[in-house]
Amino acid sequence: MSEASQTETPGEHLDARGLLCPMPVIRAEERIKALTPGTVLEVRASDPGVLYDIPAWCRVNGHTVLEAREEGEEQVVVLRVEAE
Amino acid sequence: MSEQPKAVALISGGLDSMLAAKVVAEQGVHVEGINFFTGFCVEGHTHAIRQKDKDKAKRNTALWSAEQVGIKLHIVDISQEYVGIVTNPKHGYGQNLNPCLDCKGFMVGKAVEWMEANGFDFVITGEVIGQRPKSQRRDTFPVIADESGAGDRLLRPLCAKQLAPTLPEREGWVDREQLHDFTGRSRKPQMQLAAQFGFEEWSQPAGGCCFLTDENFSRKLADLWQARGTREYDLDDVMLLKLGRHIRPAPNYKLIIAREDGENRFMNGYRKRFHAVRDLDNPGPLALVQGEPDNDDLETAARITARYGKGKMAESVRAEITPPGGEPYVAEVAPMPPAQIPEDWHV
Repeated sequence: MSEASQTETPGEHLDARGLLCPMPVIRAEERIKALTPGTVLEVRASDPGVLYDIPAWCRVNGHTVLEAREEGEEQVVVLRVEAE
Repeated sequence: MSEQPKAVALISGGLDSMLAAKVVAEQGVHVEGINFFTGFCVEGHTHAIRQKDKDKAKRNTALWSAEQVGIKLHIVDISQEYVGIVTNPKHGYGQNLNPCLDCKGFMVGKAVEWMEANGFDFVITGEVIGQRPKSQRRDTFPVIADESGAGDRLLRPLCAKQLAPTLPEREGWVDREQLHDFTGRSRKPQMQLAAQFGFEEWSQPAGGCCFLTDENFSRKLADLWQARGTREYDLDDVMLLKLGRHIRPAPNYKLIIAREDGENRFMNGYRKRFHAVRDLDNPGPLALVQGEPDNDDLETAARITARYGKGKMAESVRAEITPPGGEPYVAEVAPMPPAQIPEDWHV
């Protein structure tokens, strides 16, 4: 179930379409390094593996997945950057 | 050094690296994992592309391992720099085009860079003396430590007791007595340790996770280098070597023929880079033609492509041939009978 609320509209977007795993995860980590805690990032991808890998990466690295869904042929993961 | 020692562990997704990280984390060391993307990783890509693999588990085994151990994991793209390791390995190749010793030294070196940039104290690997014929031997361990720049900040927890004490042991950051003395190709000690930690599931043994250890893949890569006259590749080359049937009727061109719908869709994204061929009259595969084909070659390519479609028994079919970035044209061709496709055209 989605944890996203209207107050957590993504402020940052990452287009990872056309990339195959693990590249979307790598791009997400690179982007997150430059973001401050509390920032909400939406990752849009076209590899179904993203729906497994980005939530797993968030779990081990302490970030919060607010939503992971499919939109037609694309996958969307919304996450909140947490402090180290 | 920080108050709590910090170690970065190379995590491949296999059991040994998982155990090595756990052994050290259990001693109170802060451990984070690092996993390197070379482009040759077996998992992921082909499963994501091929329709028949849609039901396979899509989890990334390195992430899964890190989660079992309870450590953070950083996935780092080294694919560009890795080209030099694959094309010109100082220590040569293994049984196929796997430059295992150079690869290990390079990866440990990248881990050392990460260690220094992030204020960590040492590097952990899951290496075991005698586990791998090329890279995991008593005489190659010092080569890896020296060439990576890790020196005695490289700890191999699964066989540390067989080796001279390293800096983390001498400084008391880890207790040498709680490390292990595994040797050889037996997996029994690892299985016992896994049971002790409560690990019930793990990925295939290390070494099976790289396409360069695969004979078929290595043959296709060698063929590509020979055709180009140079040992060069990019990530798109690697992707396409993982897919389709590869048929080379002549040195100047090669067909890559999709084997199923997932590959058809994926290869469609390369139509602007290569000649693309398909049968207009019957369901069938998309074929990409790499190299410098002339018009006769493209007609041969269209005949071969038609042989793998539903129109293979037809007297003739209309083939659509699209030059890279150009306008498609139609040619009427006779599907090539299988007997006319020599075995040695198959790469």
